[in-house]
Amino acid sequence: MGGRGRGRGRGKPLSFDIESLGFQNKKELPKSKEEPPPLYPPLEFKPVPLQEGEEANYLLALKQEFRGSMRESPYFIKPQSAKKDIERYSDKYQLNGQNKRQGLGWTPDWNTFPKELRIREKKPKRLKLSVKPSLSGTKLKVKGQKGDAKEAENKLKQILQAEEDGEDDDDEDDEEEEKKKKEAEGEEEEEEELYDEEDIEEGTDYALSYFDNGEDYLDADDDALEDGPVY
Amino acid sequence: MAQSQVRLGGLLLQHQYGEIVENVGTFLASKGSFALRDITDGTKLGVNEVKKALCVLIQHNMMDFEKNRRGLIEYTVHINKVLLITRYPRYIYCAKTLYGDVGEFLVEELLSHGQMLMSQVCRRVSDRITQALEEGQSMDEFQVRKTFVELVKTHFLQRVASPPSDSGDNADSETELQVMEKEMFLIPPAMDIDYSKVHSSVTSSSKRKREDGEEGDKVAKRPRSTSPLSDEKNEDAPDKGVYWHVNFTRFHQFFRDQSVLSAVNSKIDRYACEIVRTMLRISEKTTVPLAPTTHPMSSHEIFQNLPPELDLNRQTLGEYLTLLAEDKTEIVNKAGESGGGMYVLNMQKALETLCKASIESVVQERFGSKCSRIFRLLLMKRHLEQKQVEDMAMIPAKEAKELLYKLFSENFVTMQEIPKTPDHAPSRTFYLFGINMHQVSRMLLDRCYKAMGNLISRREHENTENRRLVEKSQRVDAIAASLQSSGADTTQMSEVEEMITPPERQQLNKLKHDISKLEQSELQLDETIFLLESYLPGSAAMVMY
Repeated sequence: MGGRGRGRGRGKPLSFDIESLGFQNKKELPKSKEEPPPLYPPLEFKPVPLQEGEEANYLLALKQEFRGSMRESPYFIKPQSAKKDIERYSDKYQLNGQNKRQGLGWTPDWNTFPKELRIREKKPKRLKLSVKPSLSGTKLKVKGQKGDAKEAENKLKQILQAEEDGEDDDDEDDEEEEKKKKEAEGEEEEEEELYDEEDIEEGTDYALSYFDNGEDYLDADDDALEDGPVY
Repeated sequence: MAQSQVRLGGLLLQHQYGEIVENVGTFLASKGSFALRDITDGTKLGVNEVKKALCVLIQHNMMDFEKNRRGLIEYTVHINKVLLITRYPRYIYCAKTLYGDVGEFLVEELLSHGQMLMSQVCRRVSDRITQALEEGQSMDEFQVRKTFVELVKTHFLQRVASPPSDSGDNADSETELQVMEKEMFLIPPAMDIDYSKVHSSVTSSSKRKREDGEEGDKVAKRPRSTSPLSDEKNEDAPDKGVYWHVNFTRFHQFFRDQSVLSAVNSKIDRYACEIVRTMLRISEKTTVPLAPTTHPMSSHEIFQNLPPELDLNRQTLGEYLTLLAEDKTEIVNKAGESGGGMYVLNMQKALETLCKASIESVVQERFGSKCSRIFRLLLMKRHLEQKQVEDMAMIPAKEAKELLYKLFSENFVTMQEIPKTPDHAPSRTFYLFGINMHQVSRMLLDRCYKAMGNLISRREHENTENRRLVEKSQRVDAIAASLQSSGADTTQMSEVEEMITPPERQQLNKLKHDISKLEQSELQLDETIFLLESYLPGSAAMVMY
């Protein structure tokens, strides 16, 4: 019964005679509710008090302690701090602390874990720096045409890079810089990391500069369209 | 149901392992199995973060991974195992009651680390106990190992099935795919020493001392070594590669038996409870764990296995058994007359009775005693027409109708239409009201998950609301502690303590009270969840894994 028959009786508002339910006319029918139920409906019955006793208290203490200790455990992954509104000078030093937590913080037995989950600890790479200007340069050009606000940021970065080229053995600075680079290149870099990690690790980043994933090509195309529309 | 499970699982993961694990966990729980690449795309997280999260989930046995046809590894999260996080304190407490502090620490370590080597966990536990002991005393690691072996023998701990290795160079990887069932509880030979030789007189006294010391500050944080696992070299461990984790199913079975026993105890008396306990112990040897009914056992067998201190003679035992068998809970059934009467324990029936009772009390507390009367009536008579309900419940017709419809609209009561004529005309149709226990339990279980989620998010809300205050009080406490250690006088101390104003202190106390109340509710709600889960067929609690 119900739903299916409804299509036929178009003249009537309902598919059945409401008088058979004991209503005289439609107005007597209860109105359908249009608002969601209240968030905290009034309680008709008070809930019974919780059980108390030594066992309950001990369980509670156990729970609280366990919860507290999990926060401190290496399994609790703290998210990398969100992007700052502005770059501060002090960030450089605060980041150092975080970079130490880049690894897992605990060592799984890799015999029982999938190998692909292994995170390689980053080591400073001298060679890579020489490649970078060309990469970020193209980026800069492309973005610059779009009048992107990132232009200034990129420039800043370039200057920073130049500075750091001079510095010799500050590992952590390198890591930080790498991070920045990653931010700038986003997806692209991640993809490469996924598959080319091995190569980067061994310093054969020759492929990096050589490899063109075609993203720039599309970008350039877009720009061409913007510059002079093709009819 | 799945939706509320995923929500609750997400909240639990967030509190236990952080936001990133939560993101990955909820993504996989709601979408299915995926490869690493798809997870990073789907969650918009960095590769390394996802990798870390996956490692954590695998480490805590909440995740499986498998090579798919294209050679990619696909990850699947088991939301049921994630939801067990709410029950962790209960497992720990259970281990404490059964195996003392050592058992407690062992289970606690295993739960917080997911899976560990036997040598690892034993060392850590003995270190922790040694720290807790007074100066000059130490806990023997062999004692810990002995308890560990006992826990394994009673199947409370089990080996982690080693997953398929993805290196592919293993020629005999097929055989290594899983630890065979009989090996599940096998102590590796390197660790298998005759523990009975180790005499326990020394440690038992020191253990008692420890407990004395602990009585006072049970709530206070116990010392815990925070050194991460990476500090320990597991390469040279003698039992390399054999990881252990908590066998939740065994704990669930224990909880189930315990609740049935306490039900019998409160329904009949202590003797009946002991008889059922004996029957359970006998059935441990003959019946596979978690079977709905046990093998039949004769009253003679039961009599021989009764604990001697109970002092029951054979005739009284017979009377008790008849009483139990005739009880309408049907926990004990008579299976035959041979051997002085054969008896069977029906655990499924027992669970159903318990579940029914707790649903009845839910109805009573939510809708009042009149509704509860209608509900019980329907349970008893199975199907009733509205008119019959009004008459048999002895409630005025108008009120009974209202209450019945209320139960119906809240999904506690179902309705079956039986038309007299094929046109389904309302006037010529029987409307039979009844109760579908499975449906009601499932609905309640879903509500419980929701409620649990609400409790957790409320707790989190309270915490964030008062974060500033909590941080301040922590700072003040730290200052006070450092002052005390440097030997400051009382005026200085009181000065520091006055940094928190009376209204602030009041608010702190209120916060503390609220939070412990919320957490207490979480724990007790979990008991209901456990009962409902174990009653429902094919549900998580009672599945062997």
